[in-house]
Amino acid sequence: MNFKQKTSLALAAIALTASNFAAAQTTLLNVSYDVAREFYKDVNTAFIANYKKTTGKDIKIDQSHAGSSAQARAVNDGLEADVVTMNTTTDVDFLASTGVVAKDWAKKFPSNAAPTSSTMLFLVRNGNPKGIKDWDDLIKPGVQVVVVNPKTGGNGRMAYLAAWGQVRKKGGTDAQAQDFVSKLYKNVPILAKGGRDATSVFLQRNIGDVLITFESEVVSVDKEFGAGKVDAIHPGISIVAENPVAVVERTVAKKGTAEQARAYLNFLYTDEGQEIAAKHAIRPSNPTILKKYASTFKPITLFRAEEFFGSFAEAQKVHFNDGGQFDKLYTVK
Amino acid sequence: MTAAVLQAPAQKRAPKRVLPGFWLTLGYTLFYLALIVLLPLSALIFKTFTLTLDQFWAAVASPRVVASYQLTFGASFIAALVNAVFGLLIAWVLVRYQFPGKKIIDALVDLPFALPTAVAGISLTALLAGNGWVGSLLEPHGIQLAFNRNGVVIALIFIGLPFVVRTVQPVLEDAEKELEEAATCLGATRWQTFRHVIFPTIAPALLTGFAMAFARGVGEYGSVIFIAGNMPMISEITPLIIISKLEQYDYAGATAVATVMLLASFVMLMVINSLQAWQRKRAGA
Repeated sequence: MNFKQKTSLALAAIALTASNFAAAQTTLLNVSYDVAREFYKDVNTAFIANYKKTTGKDIKIDQSHAGSSAQARAVNDGLEADVVTMNTTTDVDFLASTGVVAKDWAKKFPSNAAPTSSTMLFLVRNGNPKGIKDWDDLIKPGVQVVVVNPKTGGNGRMAYLAAWGQVRKKGGTDAQAQDFVSKLYKNVPILAKGGRDATSVFLQRNIGDVLITFESEVVSVDKEFGAGKVDAIHPGISIVAENPVAVVERTVAKKGTAEQARAYLNFLYTDEGQEIAAKHAIRPSNPTILKKYASTFKPITLFRAEEFFGSFAEAQKVHFNDGGQFDKLYTVK
Repeated sequence: MTAAVLQAPAQKRAPKRVLPGFWLTLGYTLFYLALIVLLPLSALIFKTFTLTLDQFWAAVASPRVVASYQLTFGASFIAALVNAVFGLLIAWVLVRYQFPGKKIIDALVDLPFALPTAVAGISLTALLAGNGWVGSLLEPHGIQLAFNRNGVVIALIFIGLPFVVRTVQPVLEDAEKELEEAATCLGATRWQTFRHVIFPTIAPALLTGFAMAFARGVGEYGSVIFIAGNMPMISEITPLIIISKLEQYDYAGATAVATVMLLASFVMLMVINSLQAWQRKRAGA
């Protein structure tokens, strides 16, 4: 046997073991957004046990987390995700536009394919020294507001749309909303790059009087930094930020994992999945479980982006794309 | 005239090479460079061709983007200048003096090379923010170093330092001390010795170090992003603009801005290289 034959034999052996291993166990890759890491860790453990019980088969879930849009780009460029779980509808819409997920992805699962949602709340320093109760307090002179740059983070887009939409919800016009938002961003000393960056600017660098961020982040901050350092403030009105999920048709067709991928996403809608979400301060779509955790999810008036912006895609175009409303805030002196 | 005529026949003859295989190695070099450097860069330029000229212009010349060029190139220039002065000083000390712990200090210079730039950015921010060790001392005097343009320059100084030190150091080591001694013997002051003897020797290397630090600064993202504050029109660097265009799935717009950066850097490196060649020629004459 010469060297060439030996190598090819060795390679064949490796390939064989690898394929044996793959056959014994299906692996799904869940590509998700930044701050959902802990949530999906718990979901995966529960799902694996549940899957074993119902089908008798083993399954493994790999997870990947980074900024929501960056993840969507990675999947579009070829990252072999079986499912995507994002924090803004725009990211999944983008994948639908390139044919990576189904065009009608939002109809494939209940509640617009969003098993969970979140909303934007305020975090203030302990004792609320500036007396911040609602949106109107944020545009007072001398109040410093920390938010994420809407150009670089979904968190920032939600905060902006929440600020704009709450004016409309109270009966204001678009012009009044624009006025409010421009006053608000005049009080912003730093535009953070992403959700976690904003939290660290606010808590570790001690900058700003109030941080606008996701409800789930507000609660986890409370846990991580110890209660008593900051207070969560629930404004009267805020926006619904749905967390859409979708099966990546391109990958599951190739790997033959469509059934498992669907089972995984459906699990998020089960009582068990919904409870896990609630424990991570992510709003479950099941109303009964939402009510059960009423102490975490204090009632606030919520509005959907569709109410005032048409859709997220429309909002993106009008407000955040280059030359949009957000750019005008900073270019018109 | 006569000199040129005399030289002409000598140039026609191919110079004798010590080692064989010139064409093979040249071919390999070109192939490898094309694969690693030119191919990705051409992909960048091809992607911008999906834009019409008007769209391209709109993407690269909007006020926010122009403000970011000013910051990126301006801050990189200042940082490279600072590094040229203080990097030279460090190189000088490391070459000319013996002191305990010199090896450690020498190794320390390379740290900005090895450190993930985000780590540098985060630790610099922790240090310079209003509640950091340094920031808390300066803030009461109205000096704010983090979350504004100062922060950008400081981050770029940090990551650019090794380029100057490491290019100047070997040249200083090779410089003949006898020349300096001779200058002193002939009655030159220390400043004269530095200006006429030492500086001409190291100037090309210093310029190279400056150019590299500058080029590095222009492309830097990780360390700056944490300390800049990222306010549009004020402290937004161009790499952030590129990222934010990608966040909007504007691939073509992002590559358009990237192409502008690429061209600007290329032109600047060309200018600096020719300056250097001129300098070397003058020093040699």
